[in-house]
Amino acid sequence: MSKLSVENVSRQFPAPRGGAPVPALLPVDLTVADNDFLVLLGPSGCGKSTLLRLIAGLDRPTTGRILLDGRPVSAPGPDRGMVFQSYTLFPWLTVADNIAFGLREKGLDEASVKPIISDWLERIGLAGFGNHYPKQLSGGMQQRTAIARALATDPAILLLDEPFGALDNQTRGLMQEMLLSIWEKQKKTVIFVTHDIEEAVFLASRVIVMTARPGRIKAEIAIDLAHPRHYTVKTSSEFSALKARLTEEIRSEALLAAHV
Amino acid sequence: MKPLEPISFGARLALGLLFFVVFVAAWSLATFGGFVSKTFLADPLTMIDEGRILIVRYGFLGDIAITIWRVVGGFVLAAAVAVPLGVLMGAYKPVEALLEPFISFARYLPASAFIPLLILWAGTGELQKLLVIFIGSFFQLVLIIAVTVGGTRRDLVEAALTLGAKDSRILTRVLLPAAGPQIAETLRLVLGWAWTYVIVAELIGSSAGIGHMIIDSQALLATGQIIFGIIVIGIIGLVSDFLFKALNRRLFAWSTL
Ligand SMILES: Nc1ncnc2c1ncn2[C@@H]1O[C@H](COP(=O)(O)OP(=O)(O)OP(=O)(O)O)[C@@H](O)[C@H]1O
Ligand SMILES: [Mg+2]
Repeated sequence: MSKLSVENVSRQFPAPRGGAPVPALLPVDLTVADNDFLVLLGPSGCGKSTLLRLIAGLDRPTTGRILLDGRPVSAPGPDRGMVFQSYTLFPWLTVADNIAFGLREKGLDEASVKPIISDWLERIGLAGFGNHYPKQLSGGMQQRTAIARALATDPAILLLDEPFGALDNQTRGLMQEMLLSIWEKQKKTVIFVTHDIEEAVFLASRVIVMTARPGRIKAEIAIDLAHPRHYTVKTSSEFSALKARLTEEIRSEALLAAHV
Repeated sequence: MKPLEPISFGARLALGLLFFVVFVAAWSLATFGGFVSKTFLADPLTMIDEGRILIVRYGFLGDIAITIWRVVGGFVLAAAVAVPLGVLMGAYKPVEALLEPFISFARYLPASAFIPLLILWAGTGELQKLLVIFIGSFFQLVLIIAVTVGGTRRDLVEAALTLGAKDSRILTRVLLPAAGPQIAETLRLVLGWAWTYVIVAELIGSSAGIGHMIIDSQALLATGQIIFGIIVIGIIGLVSDFLFKALNRRLFAWSTL
């Protein structure tokens, strides 16, 4: 059964000062199966964040509807964890309290919160950093904490908006491995937004390619590389073939985008 | 000097003190050197001596206590109403739409111009003094706090919503902690302004307080006493500012990391 279905969803933004409204996303149909790792790949400005925000319930579609487990999405909620493109840890809370934010909102008592915090600190490799504040962390550490914060409440689906976009290549590679290993162990439904082709192939079980602005779905490619995936898969011929194919798909879109 | 480069605590202290020394030296030069007549400006030693007389003979410490109580009383009253109201205005746009235009208007009404009216309404007692300070600080506080809370990063609010925070909890879990350090800074700033209002309030129709002493001294041409009063106000301001800063740093350690 499909976990999430996006039916004919589009989004227009009202024009600044009168003019014609700006279409950011043309009608999109999409179904995401349970435990799918779906990657949305597209050039900058094609509406990836817009689509993710609609799924998160942070924005309302102009047309269409979004169903999660058969129920329409109308507002944000803890069943859809989100990691943002910008750093959004709460600066006044320590790493541990950031991770516990959603749990405390759920009303969990401290006795059950504690072990979940230390479990997640362990998993994201920040065991000694529970009492640090976000400002004392590197960008990579902050995004790892943000992932732990989003997953701590055990959401039905995890939405990630270019979470590693601002990191250097090495760190980015390590973060991808960490995320993938969490997914392989926990089997979650994930929607991951990126414009990085290699990142898409390495992480995804399915890649959706979007067109340049206004975005719509251009192609859908299954990535059937075996799990658990090791970083060495990036040098395999299968990987290169998939990468070449996606590069071809996205190149024409990037060209279009560059001309607007 | 490099822009924005921090300096050590010792250097900061030394430079801060240095300017006070320069100030007193210039003052001494002007008065002891005979460049300024004694009638207009007392020299530092006369000032200290007259201050001593004020304290031992005329109970000036009591005046100081009364003035401090008025500032603190009026300011606490203003803050007690202004902080919740400002936070609500910042958080909820209909509240802001209702109150913002009026408060922006009221903010420009000069508190000192209200003194004659307030004397008419509330007499020359403590209530009138408190009201002057209240009017002087309340509207400023509300507006600045509303802007601060309204400017909270939207993505933090959205992050909290996706983590399951209910709309009603966003105020206490995100808006207040995010705006906390700025609200505290605003209180510190406006407390400084409250000091200027209290003296103005005491200059008119008052029988005690630092401002009242200054007016009395003017009648006697005792510039030493006037300067002593002004310096006392400055020192109290400096100390209260220092305490306020220290408190803010303790309460909001995360924001100064
Ligand atoms: N709040 C808004 N108001 C008006 N227009 C918007 C708004 N948000 C997005 N847009 C428009 O929608 C388009 C898609 O934006 P979106 O942020 O979804 O792109 P994106 O694919 O996430 O890009 P990037 O990879 O650079 O993050 C943009 O071109 C932008 O002009
Ligand atoms: Mg984006």
